[in-house]
Amino acid sequence: MALLEVKKLGISFGGLRAVDDFSLTIEKGDLYGLIGPNGAGKTTIFNLLTGVYKPTDGTIRLDGQNITGKSNIEINKAGIARTFQNIRLFSNLSVLDNVKAGLSNHYAYSTAAGIFRLPKYFRKEKEMTERAMELLRPFDLVDDADTLASNLPYGKQRKLEIARALATDPKLLLLDEPAAGMNPKETAGLMNTILTVRDDFKVTVLLIEHDMFLVSGICEKLSVLNFGQLLCEGKTSEVLSDPEVIKAYLGE
Amino acid sequence: MAFLDNLINGISLGSIYAVIALGYTLVYGIAKMLNFAHGDVIMVGGYVIFTAMTSMHLNGYLSVLIAILCCTILGIVIEKIAYKPLRQATSLAVLITAIGVSYFLQNMALLIFGEKPVTFTSVVNIPKISLFDGQIVIKSEAVASIIISVLIVIFLSLFINKTKSGRAMLAVSEDKDAARLMGINVNKTISLTFAIGSGLAAVAGALLCSTYPVLSNTTGAMPGIKAFVAAVFGGIGSIPGAMIGGLLIGVIEILGRAYISPQLADAIVFAVLIVVLMVKPTGILGKKVNEKV
Ligand SMILES: Nc1ncnc2c1ncn2[C@@H]1O[C@H](COP(=O)(O)OP(=O)(O)OP(=O)(O)O)[C@@H](O)[C@H]1O
Ligand SMILES: [Mg+2]
Repeated sequence: MALLEVKKLGISFGGLRAVDDFSLTIEKGDLYGLIGPNGAGKTTIFNLLTGVYKPTDGTIRLDGQNITGKSNIEINKAGIARTFQNIRLFSNLSVLDNVKAGLSNHYAYSTAAGIFRLPKYFRKEKEMTERAMELLRPFDLVDDADTLASNLPYGKQRKLEIARALATDPKLLLLDEPAAGMNPKETAGLMNTILTVRDDFKVTVLLIEHDMFLVSGICEKLSVLNFGQLLCEGKTSEVLSDPEVIKAYLGE
Repeated sequence: MAFLDNLINGISLGSIYAVIALGYTLVYGIAKMLNFAHGDVIMVGGYVIFTAMTSMHLNGYLSVLIAILCCTILGIVIEKIAYKPLRQATSLAVLITAIGVSYFLQNMALLIFGEKPVTFTSVVNIPKISLFDGQIVIKSEAVASIIISVLIVIFLSLFINKTKSGRAMLAVSEDKDAARLMGINVNKTISLTFAIGSGLAAVAGALLCSTYPVLSNTTGAMPGIKAFVAAVFGGIGSIPGAMIGGLLIGVIEILGRAYISPQLADAIVFAVLIVVLMVKPTGILGKKVNEKV
């Protein structure tokens, strides 16, 4: 069974059909790319998948479970986590606390235990810190654990967003332009990190990216979106040599 | 010595303002709304203590505990019934609703307890402090106010910065949508914020009514507004800011009353606020808020 099955997804904003008749199937363990020109509707698809917008048409199934129209929290619990095109870290929290915020749902202790500092509070917080450190390691952020997120350099902020999303223990990780603003060296590092993360944390990855070096370097399959509609999908090398795709990217 | 006396009274009153201001600042920081009914929760707390002590003959401390419990629940209920349905509404609509809740609480108290103010018996029974051979006496209520407000600030900071629920509050205060997408329950977090703020209001009620032992249905109104000024003064959203703002407002008010004019004391408080906001629009410890798109 496919991990993610999207059928005939669509949404309109007033008169604008931002996404139309969009279908997508992603198998467990895939590293899948979603590409397309600016304004094609890529981020809107992420917003639909994570419950930020409710679709006007279509269905979304994750691991067999119908999650169409569910709330953000329910969808996160079902197993989808994401990063944002414009970084949205909790900038006044430390790097460590950003990741621990993502861990909230998996380490239960009552508010009272926190107020009165019962033994359970200390035990759970220690477990959370240890887990958060494990999540920071692949991103080379361990030494920055106590830094305020807003004081991190840009490239590291992007990585921290991925670590925070991973903290929620997703089955499917959505990355919205993870390499945006990175130099070629940083991008190369990020590509390795994404590959290790996929293997070590056993997640499936769907990413949006304009950087063709990254896309052709790590994505196994691609879907190309143009004006809200699927233009083409398949193996990366085949898709990238498709004349329709080249035309959409280069214009007329 | 009279000056020292006044200063101590100012710090004592300021400590109470600080406890109220913490509630304002927490709710503003996390739910992004001005809960103008906050002051009236103080009054409710006062009446709960009064009733528990006079009608049920309970001991003072136990009465305060009951008041904290009642106000905590009241805070959660107010949020659920009056504010939660307006989560997507304009801030003006929310503000008007908060003023409505304020009047509702005041009028309910009027209905139940009548318009005649009642005399409140102090719940504080720790010893007073005598300094310089008794030339300066710090009343036990003042001692209690100062110690309790300091303890509250410490505990609250620890809670917010070091626990899971506190982290959720900080995350929600920064970016509700991102918090939701990380699995944080925003509604529960806002509810918790109101619970804490209102519980603190009950403590403030106990201290305020013990220090100034007259209780009526409008008792919470003016201290509520002054504490709001204190929160803005210190930088709304900031916990240490609320403490500093509270202390400054208390001291300015008492010194202004003693050395400038009793009638103008309140006006002076607001004048200082205006000056501070002209120099530093975000308040003493306030941060610039970057709106996310
Ligand atoms: N909430 C909204 N209300 C109205 N229009 C919207 C909304 N969200 C997105 N759109 C529109 O939908 C279209 C697709 O936007 P989207 O952000 O999904 O593009 P994108 O493919 O992510 O582009 P980019 O590569 O520039 O990030 C755009 O025309 C955009 O203006
Ligand atoms: Mg986009």
